[in-house]
Amino acid sequence: MKAKHQRLVLALLALGAILGASALAMSALKDQAAFFYAPADVKGKPLPLDRHVRLGGMVERGSIRRADDGVSIRFVVTDGQATVPVAFKGVTPDLFKEGSGVVAEGKFQPDGSFVADNILAKHDERYMPPQAAGNMHETKTLAK
Amino acid sequence: MPALHALANPARFLRIARPLTPILFWIGVALVLFGCWAGLTLTPPDAVQKESARILYIHVPSAWLGMGGWSGLAIACLSYLIWRHPLASVAARAIAPAGATFAALCLLTGSIWGRPTWGTWWEWDGRLTSMLLLFFVYIAWIALDRADAERSGDGRVPALFGVAGSALLPIVHYSVIWWNTLHQGESVVTGKIHISLLWPLFFTLAGFTLFFAGVVLMRMRAILASQKVEARLRRMAAA
Repeated sequence: MKAKHQRLVLALLALGAILGASALAMSALKDQAAFFYAPADVKGKPLPLDRHVRLGGMVERGSIRRADDGVSIRFVVTDGQATVPVAFKGVTPDLFKEGSGVVAEGKFQPDGSFVADNILAKHDERYMPPQAAGNMHETKTLAK
Repeated sequence: MPALHALANPARFLRIARPLTPILFWIGVALVLFGCWAGLTLTPPDAVQKESARILYIHVPSAWLGMGGWSGLAIACLSYLIWRHPLASVAARAIAPAGATFAALCLLTGSIWGRPTWGTWWEWDGRLTSMLLLFFVYIAWIALDRADAERSGDGRVPALFGVAGSALLPIVHYSVIWWNTLHQGESVVTGKIHISLLWPLFFTLAGFTLFFAGVVLMRMRAILASQKVEARLRRMAAA
């Protein structure tokens, strides 16, 4: 075997080992790398009460209640398996609405609810024109 | 492989690279300009994100080239380690700043996009953090390569670092699939973008890629020329 071929085999083995190691590290870090808790993650488990955490999922349809003061809202986060009621006071992003994704930052309460001090909207990976989505949003483009 | 080895001859490489550079560069610029214009005027707004989704025509190619740049750099480093051909390390040196620029552009456009849609400029989620890390790794590679050249090293240390750095590529790519993140999942490869919004992206993707290739060839020629000047000066000093 020529030295060149030996280096080729060694380098490819090393590359495979590096990529394999990063895949293993990723699956091992799955819980630590998670950006948010889903409602099912905390169901039936001790709540992380003392820490500032994020709760993510979908805003349950028909669950948003706006208080009379105009800035306080309550809604329910669901992931299809469990739900968590959330209370928040402040301005929500435009994309925050029922049936779409949300990430709430705040603290769990002893009663299992969640008090948020910040709301992020999480949108999905689909992009389509308003007609295809079936809503009657005006379809003008920037040109017109 | 024999064709690649033939190209590894600097004189032959230059004969092909010289006419190819402006062709790649200008076709790339033209495609990008057309793609951006089409993305701003010919496509409907997204149903959910409205007009802000149009930044994807820049954001997606930037992410692709930020990661594609490191793939190219890692392949160049790997072939330098195996075949010890100096042109491979010239290629890696030429790619690094271009890839870093596109990684930065990806982070920047993503941040501008995140503010109106997610409601934040920046969050430490898996995708954003791993992409920022890739940008830092580019910067570290450039610093290491310069330090190695300054101490007249043989380029093996930056080459090893270039190969090792590719560990980040699967992390950036699979972060949105294997971890829960604020960033949404894959859109382009999974076909989740309606064709009426998708088609200008092909123009900007192809355009930025050709532009990138043109810039890399330009930089490779510049590096080869400066090496030639250095060698000539050294000969003159010796004479």
